Amino acid sequence: MRIVTLVKYVPDATAYRSFAADNTTDRAGVDGLLSELDEYAVEEALKIAEAGDGVEVVALTVGPAGADAALKKALQMGAGAAVHVVDDALHGSDALATARVLAAAIGKIGSVDLVLTGMASTDGGMSVVPAMLAELLRWAQVGFVGELSVSGSLVTARRDGDTASETIEAGLPAIVAVTDQINEPRYPSFKGIMAAKKKPVQTWGLADLDLDPATVGLGAAWSVVREVVKRPERAAGMVVTDEGDGGVRLAEFLADQKFI
Amino acid sequence: MAEILVLVDHVDGQVRKTTLELLTLAARAGEPAAVFLGSGYGAARDTLGAHGAGKVYVVEAGEFEQFLVVPKAEALAHIASSSGAAGVLVTSSPEGKEIAARLAVKLGSGVITDAVDVAADLSTTQSVFAGGYTVTAAVTTGTPVITVKPNAVTPEPAPATPVEEKVAVAFTAAATRARIVDRAPRAATGRPELTEASIVVSGGRGTGGDFAPVEALADALGAAVGASRAAVDLGWYPHAYQVGQTGKTVSPQLYLAAGISGAIQHRAGMQTSKTIVVVNKDPEAPIFAMADFGVVGDLHTVLPQATAEIEKRKG
Ligand SMILES: Cc1cc2nc3c(=O)[nH]c(=O)nc-3n(C[C@H](O)[C@H](O)[C@H](O)COP(=O)(O)OP(=O)(O)OC[C@H]3O[C@@H](n4cnc5c(N)ncnc54)[C@H](O)[C@@H]3O)c2cc1C
Repeated sequence: MRIVTLVKYVPDATAYRSFAADNTTDRAGVDGLLSELDEYAVEEALKIAEAGDGVEVVALTVGPAGADAALKKALQMGAGAAVHVVDDALHGSDALATARVLAAAIGKIGSVDLVLTGMASTDGGMSVVPAMLAELLRWAQVGFVGELSVSGSLVTARRDGDTASETIEAGLPAIVAVTDQINEPRYPSFKGIMAAKKKPVQTWGLADLDLDPATVGLGAAWSVVREVVKRPERAAGMVVTDEGDGGVRLAEFLADQKFI
Repeated sequence: MAEILVLVDHVDGQVRKTTLELLTLAARAGEPAAVFLGSGYGAARDTLGAHGAGKVYVVEAGEFEQFLVVPKAEALAHIASSSGAAGVLVTSSPEGKEIAARLAVKLGSGVITDAVDVAADLSTTQSVFAGGYTVTAAVTTGTPVITVKPNAVTPEPAPATPVEEKVAVAFTAAATRARIVDRAPRAATGRPELTEASIVVSGGRGTGGDFAPVEALADALGAAVGASRAAVDLGWYPHAYQVGQTGKTVSPQLYLAAGISGAIQHRAGMQTSKTIVVVNKDPEAPIFAMADFGVVGDLHTVLPQATAEIEKRKG
């Protein structure tokens, strides 16, 4: 069985994030890392691999040159191989173009049974790529998964929906997006870090995937950002120290604001 | 004027408030037309009409309840194409976003997620990077598909008598690949739905595991209860109530955080709240930086006192 985990290289959320002059996410001016939410997908793939025989885990990213750092982390955690799709024409690609590139890369990797992803990226956070990919590949897709098992050609997933807890069955090949409830991602061990150095990383451009550069990138996006405005800092509010009347003063504030 | 489709979010015909918000937004851009998928339309009809749905497309099919989102995406794509709609609005829930994603691919259209406002020209406002930036965007190709966060707008009454159109949809093989084999509805709490509530009271690690003071204050205010991930991970409160990047995003009139430090992942889920009130015993807690009003103190004494004072004032 072959599992592909999709990993994204994102600006560190605890650092200062901003936009570049063309209104795309600034990826040059800030430290990047493997999107934390993708670590759960890598961990889940590794758990499936460890529980079964002949399971291969390939980490796949679409992103700029620095994005190989995300692949490196996945390899250090234990993925067996990695693929980096990188091409200048990809800058500013929207979710659908990204999904098209991922679909082509998954096709080229070949014989893929299961694609695991995080529930969202920690930068754009749209949560649409897994469903778009499923639509393009015409595979089954289950999102927001908190518990997963694979047996034979069937995946069983449990998830907490808005109104109910659901159990879902889908046949392979399938795409599963997992939440941060599913597991506790491992830290790379020293052995893992050393082993990662020898693992194969393939680098593909759009030409390798037979994709027309005119169909990706900022110019081909189907939506446009017109304006980006930094939100004004919230005006400093009033902070009081409880001297036995903190609760009453809180209630007074709420009454003044007409919440009572 | 062209129709703007609104996908009705409902449970057996009980229409959720977000749908009424979408109808109100749709009326800015065109003629609101509701798309009702599944059973229970009889219970939904009057609510949809009262909020401006001049047209309702109804598709009744068991597939909507048996399989994950694909049948819904196929039905919506069918109606979007045949009606010549100028735009499609869907609630920004995990399911709503999956439907929107698939719909966008099917229609060859751009998609925008998590809008907090939609203008008459269907351009959108979003709040990104944990609320640090406001982005104005628009779909440039195809029929705009937009997912909208709860509480984007106050639903306006706009009485209409819906013209009903029953639609039959032939589903593809792809529609039945992910089957729901079990569904356990969540027990009702009697409190408002977290994402829809106009007041949310949340507790974190500082509760020490005792959510009773948080719940009591919430009930005095008619609020929903939320929790930080620390409280959820410790098993103190169910995951469905987690606020933040990997939980629910809330945008209430009032957000009260008790015993929560204000990590970026938590802020991502509540930063656009109109008024923020904090109770925390550490004056250095980062959450105070965003507070309109804060009390430095122990939540186990401050919250019960506030609750008692509120009950007293309510008489
Ligand atoms: C990928 C990822 C996703 C995440 N997603 C989320 C998310 O969706 N939501 C979320 O909340 N977090 C999320 N987190 C976790 C986040 O980073 C924080 O760890 C978490 O929010 C901390 O919860 P807390 O504020 O309750 O606990 P702490 O940070 O431990 O803060 C507890 C606070 O309680 C105060 N306190 C203690 N005792 C009292 C008392 N008696 N009275 C008053 N105050 C008291 C303390 O002063 C402190 O400020 C995520 C993290 C990661 C890595």
